[in-house]
Amino acid sequence: MTVKMTEDWIRVCALDDIPVPGARVLRRPAGPDVALFRTAADRVFALVDRCPHKGGALSQGMVFGERVACPLHGWVIELATGSAVAPDEGCAMRVPVHMIGDDVFVDFAAITVRATSVVEP
Amino acid sequence: MRRPKLVLVGNGMAGVRTLEELLKIAPELYDITVFGAEPHPNYNRILLSPVLAGEQMLDDIVLNSYDWYRSRGITLHAGRAITRIDRARHRVETNDGTFAEYDRLLLATGSTPVMLPIPGADLGGVLTYRDIADTHAMLDASRQSRRAAVIGGGLLGLEAANGLKARGMDVTVVHLAPWLMERQLDQTAGRLLQRSLEARGIVFLLERQTTEFIAGDDGRISAVRLQDGSTVPAGLVVLAVGIRPNTALAEAAGLHCNRGIVVSDTLQTFDPRIYAVGECVSHRGVAYGLVAPLFEMAKVCANHLARLGIGRYAGSVTSAKLKVTGVELFSAGDHIGAAGTDSIVLSDPVGGVYKKLVLRDNRLVGACLYGDTVDSAWYFRLLRDGRDVAPERDRLMFGEANLGDAGHLGQNRAAAMSDDMEVCGCNGVCKGAIVKAIEEKGLFTIEDVRRHTKASSSCGSCTGLVEQILMLTLGGDYSVAPKQKPVCGCTERTHAEVRQAIREHHLLTIAEAMHFLEWRTPNGCAACRPALNYYLLSTWPKEARDDPQSRFVNERAHANIQKDSTFSVVPRIWGGVTSADELRRIADVVDKYRIPSVKITGGQRIDLLGAKKEDLPAIWRDLGMPSGHAYAKALRTVKTCVGSEWCRFGTQDSTRMGQALERALWRMYAPHKVKLAVSGCPRNCAEAGIKDVGVIGVESGWEIHVAGNGGTKTAVAQFLAKVATHDEVLEYAGAFLQLYREEGWYLERTVHFVERVGLDYVKKRVVDDADGRRALWERLRFALDGEADPWHEPQRAAVDARQFEPIATEA
Repeated sequence: MTVKMTEDWIRVCALDDIPVPGARVLRRPAGPDVALFRTAADRVFALVDRCPHKGGALSQGMVFGERVACPLHGWVIELATGSAVAPDEGCAMRVPVHMIGDDVFVDFAAITVRATSVVEP
Repeated sequence: MRRPKLVLVGNGMAGVRTLEELLKIAPELYDITVFGAEPHPNYNRILLSPVLAGEQMLDDIVLNSYDWYRSRGITLHAGRAITRIDRARHRVETNDGTFAEYDRLLLATGSTPVMLPIPGADLGGVLTYRDIADTHAMLDASRQSRRAAVIGGGLLGLEAANGLKARGMDVTVVHLAPWLMERQLDQTAGRLLQRSLEARGIVFLLERQTTEFIAGDDGRISAVRLQDGSTVPAGLVVLAVGIRPNTALAEAAGLHCNRGIVVSDTLQTFDPRIYAVGECVSHRGVAYGLVAPLFEMAKVCANHLARLGIGRYAGSVTSAKLKVTGVELFSAGDHIGAAGTDSIVLSDPVGGVYKKLVLRDNRLVGACLYGDTVDSAWYFRLLRDGRDVAPERDRLMFGEANLGDAGHLGQNRAAAMSDDMEVCGCNGVCKGAIVKAIEEKGLFTIEDVRRHTKASSSCGSCTGLVEQILMLTLGGDYSVAPKQKPVCGCTERTHAEVRQAIREHHLLTIAEAMHFLEWRTPNGCAACRPALNYYLLSTWPKEARDDPQSRFVNERAHANIQKDSTFSVVPRIWGGVTSADELRRIADVVDKYRIPSVKITGGQRIDLLGAKKEDLPAIWRDLGMPSGHAYAKALRTVKTCVGSEWCRFGTQDSTRMGQALERALWRMYAPHKVKLAVSGCPRNCAEAGIKDVGVIGVESGWEIHVAGNGGTKTAVAQFLAKVATHDEVLEYAGAFLQLYREEGWYLERTVHFVERVGLDYVKKRVVDDADGRRALWERLRFALDGEADPWHEPQRAAVDARQFEPIATEA
């Protein structure tokens, strides 16, 4: 995948700063937390840290394959799309993420535009 | 790359179910073509009776729409019957010249109704009852004629009779045997059934043989002649005298058949390229005519078609339930009672209730229920498990209701519930939603219902009720959860098999175990990873390394996650005894970290609710108290009463005993949470009767009770042993818990563990075998010796500190 690197991309951490398989929380000055995931195969994904079901912190869930199980009620979310696995229905917001070498970059601008309505409860 | 071709002959429930199972595990493997003789997609044949009775529409019973085939790239030839298998050229052919080549062929040709070899059987208006076309023909005939005769008083015949009666016809059932459904019911139940159907206006002629179908002036059927010479006028005759496996195609192709296409335990015919499933097969000499066994076959067959090669079909125990609204009837196993069996019978003919349970050597081998079938799912499970029921034999007849479940208002009769009544109190699912999901989504198992409705997926206390609703909705076609359930969807292996492999092959890591046991997923799922992690640690203490990333967040963060993603903190308070110093520190922590809520727990401790995850390490440090493990599948509390030190009734120092137990057992992980209590006298103020281990002091020593439960399933602890000393209490309690740790299944509480293995077994290992008991206790002490407190030795306890530090970003 080629990503056009603009000034919106921000380096957030190194790959090894994320437990494997696991997640870290990205805390932002304004706007919701973002969950940054790392799979056993070292792929990296990011989602707004809210389960579409009842708002559970996905960053606290168990990561397996390219999915995460929400810690509150066990909904399973696809990391690549943010969609809940059937028969559950719902979608967590995706956040663009990109790796250069071992550095992880996130494009928050992509969600600040759309995520204005997503506020902490 | 060219994909191998799989051709399915028979577009019915067994064949398509096999495809569904196959697509689940190997979606891309085959290029699939399906031939079906009927011009319809796969539909639920079982629900033809409600369609006939006017309770459902044809559209309601389609299981797989045309879209389903299309979206999965399956070529469907509906309405095209295969007439020849060319085994030499690996192809199947229809009469119109269509053919398809196969690499693997799956036969699911079902069964055909038995025709009577008597004059007039080919007259217009003489029908069988098997498919949509038959149902249409019956509905047409019911509009033209007022009288119908059904030949055969078995399951199918009675459903047909009931349906035609509901359509306004006068129905007479002619039956050869002395009572109805003689293969499923004994005489008493058969008579009760007859009486209730007679009350609906159906007429029965028993012990009569049909000798001729008489044509009327229009050349169609007009009457049925019986052996005694009498005649029954009828403009419609339904033949329901039995079914026969449809083997014509297979036999013509030279496949070995013997009252069915003969298949092995892997559902292969004598030609290894050709598989067969469903009503057309003969497996170990048995041909099945109900849907539950077909689904079990489908699962095994799909597994072999997917080249995984795991699983054998070893036959099924079947049950029957009549799908006639308002008639409650269930039968399974040997319900007549062969030699060597004994029966427990409840008979209330006036009240319309009859129940017979047949036992052999204290194991349930058959059941026949009429009028009250609430417990049919439970009896069927006992029957399939073959468990020794001696302990509850005297209560067996009264059903599962007295076992105590919480969460649904004590409601335990699915049939009596209205659609808007809540079944699952955890997820707020009402009966109507479950019935709707079962009917609309074509669900057959409790797992299906859990996935689609969430009912029974949390605490599980309503599982029995959901099973009843399944049975009620599906009749005999409800598929009971298999006795040996796999750990999760990632594997075919059961908990028992996984534990055994880890022990016997000295497996030490999750990756190793998954590889050795041929896990289907690269790194498991949220269900199997914690189970494997626990099995490795409990089997190989000091050798296997803990994997925190395979633990639920609570055990990773060493605190309990709350609904708003804050955490709660419960410090350990030994035996419920605290001090001014500890309370002061707790108060200071509450102020310093702005803990919004402080609550006294049921386990004599203090819960600090609403802590931020970032604050947890500092809170632990400031508390200066050990972890309470309130978040873990581990030893939680040891609840005590004040005991002989203060209490005027106390006979033993229960507080000291409780503290000794807690100090010996803390940091003990287990298949599920473990709670203890110690009371100083039989007044039992510490409520030891509902704990995993409950110790009660008496004048001469201590009574030890085990496997009690105060949660989802209230269960009174069972007496294990009486001992004299402190040290013996530790040894017996420890040995019992180590047995549970070594042989329990992940997420199985002690109440379920003891129910599964039997209290006798536990006594044999813990009470009778002194050396074995000491060895168990020793192994537990070895496992716990030097274990780190995660709150105060986080590095040694492998607590990942990164989780407490969010990464601050600028945008």
